[in-house]
Amino acid sequence: MSAPRIIRDVSRLPTYSSGPSNPMWWGTLAFVTIEGLGFVFGIAVYLYLQTHNRSWPLGPQPDLLWPSILTAVFLLSEIPNWWLKKRSSHHDLFWVRIGLAGMSLIGLAVIALRGFELTTLNIRWDSNAYGSIVWFLIGIHTTHVLTDVFETIVMAVLMFVGPVDMRRFAEVNDNQDYWDFVVLSWLAIYITIHWLPRWLEVAP
Amino acid sequence: MTERHWEQVYDENAPRDTAFEELALHEKLTETWSQPKGFLGWLMSVDHKSIGRRYIVTAFCHLLMAGMLAMVIRVQLAYPDLQVLDPDLYNQFFTMHGTVMMFLFAVPMVEGVMIYLVPLMIGTRIIAFPRLNAFSYWVYLAGGIMVWVAFFINSGPDAGWFSYVPLAGPEFGAGKRSDIYAQMITFTEVAALAVAVEIIVTVMKFRAPGMTLDRMPILVWASLITAFMIVFSMPAVVVSSTFLILDRLIGTHFYNPAEGGDVLLWQHLYWYFAHPEVYIIFLPSLGLASQVVETFSRRPMFGYRAIVLALIGQGFLSFGLWVHHMFATGLPRLGNSFFAASSMAIAIPSGIVIFCWMATIGTGRVRLGVPMLWIISFFVLFILGGLSGVMLASVPIDLQITDTYVLPSHIHYVLMGGAVCPLIAAAWFWFSKLTGRSLQTSLGVLQWALFLVGAFVSFGAMFLLGISGMTRRVYTYPHNMQWDTLNLVASLGAWAIGLSFLVLLLNIALSLRSRASAPNNPFDAPTLEWSTSSPPAIYNFARIPFVQSRDPLWDERGELPVVSGLRVDTREILVTSAVTADPEMREHAPDPTLWPLIAAIVTSVILVASIYTPQALVWGAPPLAIALVAWLYPKHILAPRPEAVPEEETI
Repeated sequence: MSAPRIIRDVSRLPTYSSGPSNPMWWGTLAFVTIEGLGFVFGIAVYLYLQTHNRSWPLGPQPDLLWPSILTAVFLLSEIPNWWLKKRSSHHDLFWVRIGLAGMSLIGLAVIALRGFELTTLNIRWDSNAYGSIVWFLIGIHTTHVLTDVFETIVMAVLMFVGPVDMRRFAEVNDNQDYWDFVVLSWLAIYITIHWLPRWLEVAP
Repeated sequence: MTERHWEQVYDENAPRDTAFEELALHEKLTETWSQPKGFLGWLMSVDHKSIGRRYIVTAFCHLLMAGMLAMVIRVQLAYPDLQVLDPDLYNQFFTMHGTVMMFLFAVPMVEGVMIYLVPLMIGTRIIAFPRLNAFSYWVYLAGGIMVWVAFFINSGPDAGWFSYVPLAGPEFGAGKRSDIYAQMITFTEVAALAVAVEIIVTVMKFRAPGMTLDRMPILVWASLITAFMIVFSMPAVVVSSTFLILDRLIGTHFYNPAEGGDVLLWQHLYWYFAHPEVYIIFLPSLGLASQVVETFSRRPMFGYRAIVLALIGQGFLSFGLWVHHMFATGLPRLGNSFFAASSMAIAIPSGIVIFCWMATIGTGRVRLGVPMLWIISFFVLFILGGLSGVMLASVPIDLQITDTYVLPSHIHYVLMGGAVCPLIAAAWFWFSKLTGRSLQTSLGVLQWALFLVGAFVSFGAMFLLGISGMTRRVYTYPHNMQWDTLNLVASLGAWAIGLSFLVLLLNIALSLRSRASAPNNPFDAPTLEWSTSSPPAIYNFARIPFVQSRDPLWDERGELPVVSGLRVDTREILVTSAVTADPEMREHAPDPTLWPLIAAIVTSVILVASIYTPQALVWGAPPLAIALVAWLYPKHILAPRPEAVPEEETI
């Protein structure tokens, strides 16, 4: 057997990276796309059902108070989330730990607010198709909130307990990118459920 | 990428492939990459070749079982007024036949082929997210078992493979049959979405250095486009089947017009997914066929870029066709015209691919091996299917022949021609790579002849039956309709197809029992997988190849150029940049583990139990969360610790 024709040495390549050079980033993006399309189809069905009914909504609308507070909390949570990503990009373990603990607490607060919101939807999923789609949209979003808050808590534990190496910071960044997705998808649902019917009522 | 000081600190002294001779390297890599021995080790495997083979074998079993259902259906229809199956059982038979063939054979089969071949063709050692890959297989297996068990206890789906409401809804779909159908969709979509993500990331990040996008084999392109199509189409069926099961189990009203819902909503969502799905099956088949055509024509593919662009074009256009399944539902005329036009437009990229192949064959030095015979039958059957497809795309014709036997004739020509023929060609082509054994040519030609004649006769007779007004999905017909002879002919053809698969089984059994081992590259093919041993070693490539052209094994007749410096004491792989495939990073492949299997079992229990009580989603969540944390929680330090990295190095 002849000697191998080696034309490049890769032994000095790094063992971690973040962003598009990391396969995990692509995986997260792909799953965000899939789940995002789930929201897109859900909202499309909402609009489809709206155009197939003479009056809309079919029954009382959900209260505006809790979801609006929730929206404000979501938007404000983007500040610490942005800051946490910045600390994580600097591989700053101390502040990343604090940031993850903080985001976990914010996540638990969001879950509590969502609990209050569910008590003021004013319609059941089995009342009519309007109730069904409203519960569906909020239901799939709640699933996303629950899973991401759980993941954030696990990440926080991991960064405190270890094993911590440089690869963890890219995972923290991906997790916090996912929170952006949870916030953005909520904004789309919030506008669809609460504001679209009100705007259409006012329009001639 | 600049060299970093800390990397030298981190694993400078680890053993690397440069320090080993060929044989010692093989032994060391085998030790590092092998899973534990025994049945437990088999369950823990995360190797893409093992999982790919399991997908292929399982999908093949589904093909045989659903094929047997078809044989019985053709017995029932061979003569008028037969009572082999009663109407209720007949409904379950044809629904199971279609559902299993589409969801449990065709899509998983192309997934299995992609899982097995793509990493080998792009010169890497793993598929991205290998544990997710193992999980997807176990979920797929569980879904298949569930639907067959349900069928054997008289709870098989019975509302057709596209399961229209209101027939499948809570009002008319009695028992658990449609719930089984909806949950079967959930199982297969979880598996398919996972595989799609793996394929996208594998192709984007794990290509051998030098394999720019422009140098990827056409099958890899087809796999990438297919994976994107799965990502963009499957969420629609996730939503539609979730609505169906919610309507049936907790009384929502998505499809109930009496409470503001809409029945056509199901058809829109379903066909938005299911039309691309046909192309999800067809595109990889085009990729498989391209590899065979190129190798057997003994010249580089004519019009490589035209083919790649045509595949992308088909991917896009296939999303604009779904309403052509709904021409008879009374939608606005203008919309119908648009969808008729786009349905005809997709014939253009298909034509480009076929013409490029013909140019390749015409200007090449063609050898007529058995794989090439299957490509020829693919041409014949698929062109017939394609022509009947252009007929159906025309609204006035469609309104006349919708729900007649023209439809089953069309779909069988297209899928048997466009998917099964290339898959059998691929089975012949890569059989030696998978098994290290060779198939017998004489039996292969016999099978091919039986199949081609059977398919032509059976689906041709079905086409004529449709033209003479026989509607699909009727369990029998009276004697005086003039349909007797054609039905008998269709049945004879179908049984010939069944016989051809028995010949294939015999051929496989004989070759697996033989001792003669196959050479590494029996057909002198040009792509990287043929540079590995047959079957490939557990680590695929002892050294990662460096790619300098589209057909590396033709252009480098001697030793392939390689890169060196990967560690041999851990499962190390090379990550490259998305477009130009420049080396970017060394990464550790996940170790074999039982957790994907455990997570899949928990998922399956939740999905099946939720058919009986929605509470299952609640009490199933904690065990699933535990399994996922155990699966994903890191156990080892595999990169520098933060304190070992000097402050100025951090970005």
